Formats: sequence, C-alpha cells, structure tokens
Amino acid sequence: MDRFISKLLFLAACSSTAILALIALFIFKEGLPIMAKTGIGHFILGKEWAPLSGQFGIYAFIIGSLWVTIGALIFGVPLGVSCAVFLAEFAPPKWVGVLKPAIELLAGIPSVVYGFLGVMWLAPIIREHLGGPGLSILAASIVLAIMILPTIVSVSIDAIQAVPKSYKEGSLALGATAWQSTWRVILPAAKSGILAGVILGMGRAVGETMAVIMISGNATTIPHSPLDSVRTLTANIAIEMGYAVGDHRQALFATGVVLFFFIMILNTVALKFARRKF
Amino acid sequence: MSAITCKELNFYYGNFHALKGVNLNVSEKRITALIGPSGCGKSTLLRVFNRMNDLIIGSRAAGDVKIFGEQILGDGVELTGLRKRVGMVFQRPNPFPLSVFENVAYGPRIHGLKRGGGLERTVRECLESVGLWNDLKDHLKENALSLSGEQQQRLCIARTVATRPDILLMDEPCSALDPQATARIEELMQDLKSNYTILIVTHNMQQAARVSDDCGFMLMGELVEFGDTNRIFTAPADKRTEDYITGRYG
Ligand SMILES: Nc1ncnc2c1ncn2[C@@H]1O[C@H](COP(=O)(O)OP(=O)(O)OP(=O)(O)O)[C@@H](O)[C@H]1O
Ligand SMILES: [Mg+2]
Repeated sequence: MDRFISKLLFLAACSSTAILALIALFIFKEGLPIMAKTGIGHFILGKEWAPLSGQFGIYAFIIGSLWVTIGALIFGVPLGVSCAVFLAEFAPPKWVGVLKPAIELLAGIPSVVYGFLGVMWLAPIIREHLGGPGLSILAASIVLAIMILPTIVSVSIDAIQAVPKSYKEGSLALGATAWQSTWRVILPAAKSGILAGVILGMGRAVGETMAVIMISGNATTIPHSPLDSVRTLTANIAIEMGYAVGDHRQALFATGVVLFFFIMILNTVALKFARRKF
Repeated sequence: MSAITCKELNFYYGNFHALKGVNLNVSEKRITALIGPSGCGKSTLLRVFNRMNDLIIGSRAAGDVKIFGEQILGDGVELTGLRKRVGMVFQRPNPFPLSVFENVAYGPRIHGLKRGGGLERTVRECLESVGLWNDLKDHLKENALSLSGEQQQRLCIARTVATRPDILLMDEPCSALDPQATARIEELMQDLKSNYTILIVTHNMQQAARVSDDCGFMLMGELVEFGDTNRIFTAPADKRTEDYITGRYG
C-alpha cells in the first residue's frame, strides 16, 4: 500500500513537472524562431513595434513592465510592511483578528474591478492635478500597489508573528523600547519572510494584465515620465492575440519568452537583496 | 548595602495570587539563589525586579520594591532605564539572529553609544569578561545562532553586561546546558560577582549550594526562608525547607 501511494505521488510529481516543461517548451518553440529572424538584440532593444510592417521591437514594453512594477513596489512595499508591523506588533490582538481577514478579502476582488475603479477615479484625478493623459505609469503603479497590498501584508504579518517571542523579550530586557526592538531585531529576523511576500506581490504585479490594460493607456512608445502612457509585456500579448497571425503571432509568443526571463531576473535580484549579509 | 529590598510584595496573574507577601533583602555584590519546586513563583519574583511581567496582560504587582533605594513599582518608573540597570539572562539562550558583534553592541547602541565612540572596546571587554574573546575574536561577524549552546549563553551574558547593569537576574541559566558547560558558567558567575549583584533562579539544589552566598526557599508563592546558603543547607529553620532540601518534598 505504502509503495503504491509513493508511486502515485511520484507519478503526480512527474506529470505536473512535465506539463510545466511542455508549456515552456511550446512557448519557446513558437517564440524563438521570430526572435532568431529579427535578431535577439533587435527584438529586445528595438524601439519600433509595427507588426503590419514586420517591425517587432519590444523595448518599450519591457520598460513599461519595469516601471509599472517598480512603481507598484515603491507604493506597495512601504505601505504594506508598515501595515503588517503595526498589526503584528502594536495593534491590540483583536484588531488583527478582524483586519487581517478583511485585508485578505481584498485579494479576492477581480482585477477588472480594480481597473475600473482606477479608470473612473484615479485617472481623472491624475489628469486634472498632475497633467498628462491620466492613464499612465503612475495610475497603473497605484492600482497595482493596492492589488498587491493584501499579499504583502498577510505574508509579512505571518513572518513577523513567526519570530520567536524570546527575541523581543531579550531586546526589551536590555532596555530597548518596543519600537527599537521591532526595528532592530524583529524586522531583521522576519526579513526573509517579508521578502517572500514582496516577491509574491511583485510576481502578481508583473503578471497582472486586465487592470493594467485598463489603466496604463497602452501606448507603444517609450515613456519619458511617470505621467506617460505605457504598454506592458502582458498587455501586449492580451491586446493583440485576437487578430495576430504568422510572424505577428510568433512575436507575441516571443513576448511571452521575454516575460519569462523578465520574471526570473526580477526574482533573482530580489533574492540577492534578501541574502545580503546583516 | 542592599541592592534589592522587597516589602510585602504581592503579585497577581488576573485572579491568581502568584506571590504572597514576599519580604526580601538582596545584598550587593553577592550571589543570591532562589530555589523551590516548579510553579512556586521564582521566575515571577525575578521578573518583578526588571518589570518584565508588565508584558503579561492582566498581571499586577503591589507592595514596595526598591532597587538601590529607588522605588520600581508604579506608573512613573522609566522601564528602559530600569532594565538597563537590572539585566536579565534567560533560561534558553536567546541571542539575536545578528552577528556576534551586533549582539554585544546592541545594548550600548540603543543606549546611545556609537561606533568609534568606544563601541569596539566595550564589545571586546564584555566578550573578555565572559571568556569568549579568544574563541570569537576572529568570528565577530558570524551569526550568533551558529555558536554552541554554551557560547550562546555566554554571549547573552556578555550582551547583558554590556549595558553596565548593577544587577544580573538569571533565570535557570544553565538548564539548557550540559554538566561541563554548567560548571564553567558557574565559574563565570564567581568571576562576575566582584562587579555585579547576581540573583539566580535554579531548580538544582546542588547548584544553589555551590554558587550562592545567600539563598531563599520559595513554596506556593511564599518566601519561606531566606538566609546564608550554608546555614539554609545545614540548619534550616523551617520544617518545609528541611523537607525540600532533604528531598522529602516534591
Ligand atoms: N502568564 C501567566 N499567566 C497566568 N499564570 C501564570 C503565568 N505565568 C506563570 N503563572 C503561574 O504562576 C505560578 C508561578 O509561576 P513561575 O513561572 O513564577 O514559577 P517558577 O517557580 O518559575 O516555576 P518553574 O520552576 O517551573 O520555572 C505558576 O503557578 C504558574 O502557573
Ligand atoms: Mg521559572
């Protein structure tokens, strides 16, 4: 019986790995030829995206994804981590019991709703007060920041609560204040857990498509300020997949390949930060 | 002079009366041991002296406790200052997950000492005073969690000593260590005695007899008997003390 179950589990493990491998293989098979044809350098660094005239340069979308993601992290991480610190360390335990599930509920709201709110509320405010078209990097960053907040807050709270109580006791017993103990002992101890939350959130920000299509303006040009419209890698695929054929279709798969490496690089960079010595 | 004077101290966890009318004088620059069966209130008493019990919601202390003549119960007491003067070493070694250096430098830093302002020297002196300097002087950047249990406990003592306290509270500091390490920590306590007033809680009567100058026996929240360690172990005045040290109790 034991052996049967372990065989079954082994089979499950193999097949799920195999499915992932097949998907990756398929995307690469579809995407790589056009990259080879255009030249990888031209594909990645090319500033012109004109599928009808055979121009496939996705530099603008890479920059778009990068800024939107960084923007989301700039707004989302400080807010999310402070919120988690407050809830885990300073708020009465009852608050945590109510607020944490409430925040986690926010993660369940479909992204189209966030996008809609952004278009209706946020974009006009930005257009009137800061200028530009409103649908912009700034707007997308703010919407994405709100969308990744639940992940960052809830994973960070777990990470902070998992820090042994004895660290805090030890710090307080040396005459440290609650805030000093949090800043100097608890946060460093929870760092890798908090970072896991940030990476998860970042993954969501990079991969988010619907809300970004709605709020970022989708211009295929390279942005020069946070108030400019951009198109991200994911948006590029989603917007054009309906009518793409031939080389164009392959170029969208190639966009997927780039997205794949984009996420891998971001994760590696984030992990580097985490492993930095204290 | 007495380092700690405690008059009619009562302590409550909610409705539970954990310390009952404790009267105690702890003399300066001596080692005082508290013994007694599990649950009698030794840790509770110890944690009154640096107000660590404040962390427990619903707990309450009443009475009169003075550290070198200063009242420490009540609302007006500055806890950070009190805990700087009354350091504590815990039962399980609890070094921070930081480097060896940062562990020892922690207290001086939060109390305002900067790098360059003598921090390196303080760290060195403290590590020397607990006998770790020679072993660790080339490993100051290593994570403290990679040390052995004994080294961790010594590091915790060094970390406590680094805030220049007057009193060291030790709650069963050797219970997580093997007999050899225990013997060496006991030796260290004898070395530290010339500079610090040490109050140690222990389950181990032999340890109390070996290390302490004065000894108190507690039972169900009461301090039954207190006095010179030799006298307590050879001629206890109270029947309950005698029963306990001869092993007839608990
Ligand atoms: N946080 C708490 N809430 C309620 N009761 C507590 C709490 N901590 C301790 N007590 C109770 O107070 C009494 C004294 O506890 P204390 O920890 O001081 O005993 P102790 O003598 O140190 O025991 P041990 O030798 O097991 O460490 C015990 O009966 C214990 O159950
Ligand atoms: Mg105890």
